[in-house]
Amino acid sequence: MNPWMHYLLWPCIKFAIAITIVLTVVAGMTWIERRLLGLMQARLGPNRVGPQGLFQIIADPIKLLMKEDIMPSAAEKVVYVLGPMIPLLPAFLVFCLIPFGPPPAFAVTRVNVGLLLIVALTSTSVYGIILGGWASNNKYSLMGGLRSAAQMVSYEVPFGLSIVGVLMLCGSFDLVKIIEYQERHVWNLFPQLVAAFIFFVSMNAESNRTPFDLPEAESELVAGYHTEYSGMKFAFYMLSEYASMLVNSCLMTSLFLGGWTLSVGGYGVTTAALRSMGLLGGVIGAAIFFGKVMTLMLVYVWFRATFPRFRFDQLMDLGWKWMIPLALANIFVTGILILAAGTLKIGADTYWYGELALSIVGAAVLAFTLFLITRGRPAATVAARPTEPPKVIHASRVSEA
Amino acid sequence: MSTLTRYSAIPYTGPAPTNRAPYVPKNAEPANARGEAIATTLGNAAMTQERGQDMPTFLVERARIADVLRNLAENPDLAFILPLDCFGTDYPDREERFDVVYQLYSLKNNERIRLKVRVGENDTVPTSTGVFKSFDWFEREVFDMFGVRFEGHPNMRRILCHEAFQGHALRKDYDPAQRWILTEQNVARIIPKIDPRFATEDTDFERVTLNLGPSHPATHGTLRIVVTLDGEKIIGADAEIGYLHRCFEKMSETHTYQQVIPYTDRLNYCSAIINNVGYALAVEKLLGIEAPARAQQVRLMLSEFWRIADHIVCISANLVDIGALTNYWYLMQPREEIIGLTEACSGARLLPSYVRVGGLAVDVPSNFLEQAQRLVDMLPRYIDDVEKLIWKNRIFRERVQGVAVISKEDAINFGFTGPCLRACGVPYDVRKASPYIGYETYDWDVPIAEGGDTYARFLVRFEEMRQSLRILQQAIDRGLPAGPVIVDNPYVALPPKSKVYNEMESLIYHFKLIMHGIQPPVGETYFQVEGGNGELGFYVVSDGTKNPYRVRVRPPCFPLFEAFGQMITGQTIPDAIGALGSLNIIAGELDH
Amino acid sequence: MTHTFVPILLMLLFAVVVAGTILGLNSVIGRHQRNPSKLAPYESGVPLLDQNRKRMNVRFYQIAMLFILFDIEAAFLYPWAVIYRGASHGPSGLFLFTEMLLFIALLGVGYVYVWKKKAFDWK
Repeated sequence: MNPWMHYLLWPCIKFAIAITIVLTVVAGMTWIERRLLGLMQARLGPNRVGPQGLFQIIADPIKLLMKEDIMPSAAEKVVYVLGPMIPLLPAFLVFCLIPFGPPPAFAVTRVNVGLLLIVALTSTSVYGIILGGWASNNKYSLMGGLRSAAQMVSYEVPFGLSIVGVLMLCGSFDLVKIIEYQERHVWNLFPQLVAAFIFFVSMNAESNRTPFDLPEAESELVAGYHTEYSGMKFAFYMLSEYASMLVNSCLMTSLFLGGWTLSVGGYGVTTAALRSMGLLGGVIGAAIFFGKVMTLMLVYVWFRATFPRFRFDQLMDLGWKWMIPLALANIFVTGILILAAGTLKIGADTYWYGELALSIVGAAVLAFTLFLITRGRPAATVAARPTEPPKVIHASRVSEA
Repeated sequence: MSTLTRYSAIPYTGPAPTNRAPYVPKNAEPANARGEAIATTLGNAAMTQERGQDMPTFLVERARIADVLRNLAENPDLAFILPLDCFGTDYPDREERFDVVYQLYSLKNNERIRLKVRVGENDTVPTSTGVFKSFDWFEREVFDMFGVRFEGHPNMRRILCHEAFQGHALRKDYDPAQRWILTEQNVARIIPKIDPRFATEDTDFERVTLNLGPSHPATHGTLRIVVTLDGEKIIGADAEIGYLHRCFEKMSETHTYQQVIPYTDRLNYCSAIINNVGYALAVEKLLGIEAPARAQQVRLMLSEFWRIADHIVCISANLVDIGALTNYWYLMQPREEIIGLTEACSGARLLPSYVRVGGLAVDVPSNFLEQAQRLVDMLPRYIDDVEKLIWKNRIFRERVQGVAVISKEDAINFGFTGPCLRACGVPYDVRKASPYIGYETYDWDVPIAEGGDTYARFLVRFEEMRQSLRILQQAIDRGLPAGPVIVDNPYVALPPKSKVYNEMESLIYHFKLIMHGIQPPVGETYFQVEGGNGELGFYVVSDGTKNPYRVRVRPPCFPLFEAFGQMITGQTIPDAIGALGSLNIIAGELDH
Repeated sequence: MTHTFVPILLMLLFAVVVAGTILGLNSVIGRHQRNPSKLAPYESGVPLLDQNRKRMNVRFYQIAMLFILFDIEAAFLYPWAVIYRGASHGPSGLFLFTEMLLFIALLGVGYVYVWKKKAFDWK
């Protein structure tokens, strides 16, 4: 085949398809989130434009496009414009690297250090936020930007560390190989339960979603880092937030939920089975993949409807004092079990014992950690506190008490 | 639905409240006697008792007012430790034209006292901020409104009016028709004082002074808090109010007694009915009349419903402030139903103006009790659900426990009332302390919590909603008494239209009442009700004409917000926002 | 293998072009009604009380430094993690494990030190 055809045209087509899917999902997600939040919060959500308010997806960008493009007089002009673009680029670039279905047809490109590249790209999005916050020349923006930077770098560490366990099991940076490993064994979610938990919490924090939405905490910092942004620039920030949610969900699906496959121990909907069905198989694989991704996205929305927001010091506590030791412990335990399996010459065919042991240990550790985290600590500064329900006194005469 | 027959030819024969006889409250005699006892206990020569008042009232020598206040507070037998109010009144014909009125409350004896100081135009009054921290803002308000200067006051500047405003609005010779154009150019720069706990030398240029409000999503209205931050920590805070100042008190002086009622709606717009009730009861006390039993019970039931609605707004908005979004819409549903019930009664939703002096505007719909029962049945589920959603949540608990603590002593000294005071462990509730419209006949408890933090305020509000439901259930079980909903007194209430069209007498009464309004006897009185967030008091002075001579509202938010700066110092911004929500500052009431 | 990176480059170009176009379009077709108040920095609708850019709190830099330390640690762990399973069957398995144990232990000491120094405490 013509190399140009192979390296340029074909990726371009796949890329066009991929970006269409991504934009559709992102735009659709805004609608789904609003409707779903409405459902959870006993209200309707957008339901005026088109059937079930579906055309809101189109109406919103058009409205934002027509909005006034405000450039605050005190802003740093260049940085101010660059700010919203920076987080958008990595969010979209990453989609080149994620295999949505059985390769090669359903991945735009396949890089042997794919995971490394993805992690590197996603972590650049913090620059956009902090630069935008700084360039706005506004105190709320600056504080939002700083909070955001501190939060994102803090959770970048457990995010990176939680992947290590997966790498140890699968032995590759290539997402396709990681997924293929899972279809031969079991979803990494089980042997790497702790890592999956850390990954999930960190990805919530990375995409600034409730309960980690401090950078844009609207009740405290007005709108956080994008207070001074309007029109399309504001839309870019929103878009990149949703894109990063999508990226993280895709990553979670690939790393822990078996990607486009639905199989345990090589039985079920495997890559080989999908390949044998040709293009249809690929579409089915992609559907499975996006099904998992959408489930995770809905969990994001669910979280948003449920949790109060952290305070900044609590957020840092959780990241540095809980997540990092937990991630290191996970690596350690995984290392021991792999070593034990290797030394005892339990071969690759009896991997089940190892995975089972990891699952059990992981579940135990996670349960214990969750117990510790959710256990309500009585606040130290208040001496006497009634247990709920509050103490009721029968104050028929006030002067008695 | 009046019970007066359609063609009754019998004219009204009851007493006519007129401006001829001066007003003497029912309990004037015991108040006078108690006043003598207080004067004896205190042994203070500076006080002259003013007789015939609704509470022990003294004229105090100007120079010694601070000492008298201190003696009253520190005397263990009297213990007037809760400062309720400090306001002015203007009598331009007098030589010393201003009265500065102080009202205190004794938690120990459950009694009130009123002190008056006469001030001339060029005189100063010694400040009493050293005795009661609460009077810092109250004295500023007196200065703002009357131009009375307080000697030794730490921050003697305007509080409700704009910096560049000229004149003093509540003086009788101030022309209320004037217009001012006041821009942001002349606003003073507020730089909060750094709390001594955090004062160090070399970190000075890492500090940021930041405005939170007036136009900020967390302030739920137009408040302004200026904070100085060190990183995320607030090391100095100052509050600025008056952005929603609507001259309630001045407007009241230019309207008739009934016309004031819609303005009272706009004070605490989250529980407008309670304001209506409080004002109407104050004027009724002045008139010496009492609304019919049916009206009283409807007033009580609607007050309790709106207390629940008020707490709902407070709790849900507070939860939004700390990021728990869902509770807001969830709790808004029962509130919507409460509004619906009010709409069924009055036709208006949020600001019903339903209560009239002497009763209610119209009778309640025939299915009022069924609707109320339905609400009482549905409310506990919502309250329980929200409690379940947040109570066990570690994030929530960490966000509210031990946050924005105010000690019991400070709370009393700042004049806290209502849920915020009860969250410090003081069981003071006007409905128990001096029951009105029949609260004493119901079986219910005053919830208190220890700690005085945001969490305690949550606890108290949740429990108060349950107690209100208890009262409501009892009220529903009793059923509404039959009878009219407004007094059968043509000097106060308009005769029904059917009679106006058919009877000469009624037509004359109607005309007289429309043209000349209600004319209470000359005198002054104070009446307090338990508002959504504390003691809501109305002080009404009548000069015998159709317009009130002076209406003073004691807004419960005012001292709460005054203490806010102290409460949040040392906390972080998110905690400050959470605490602000838990105090339930309603700008309409705060800025009256 | 560099050719597999070509699509990424393409996508980068595409994203830059699209983003630039949309921003340009917005500034062209958006409304233009500006006044000094609108363009002033927003601070709850009242004039500023303080400079907007002051020296930031040093703790933010602290976090950044800690981040670099620990993130590099994670980056060092990656290549090790990839080869670890394959080698664990062979004779060097225990060696690899001990190596990493030492590495993590060293970092652990640093971690405990930083914790004791209250670098993680924001109160």
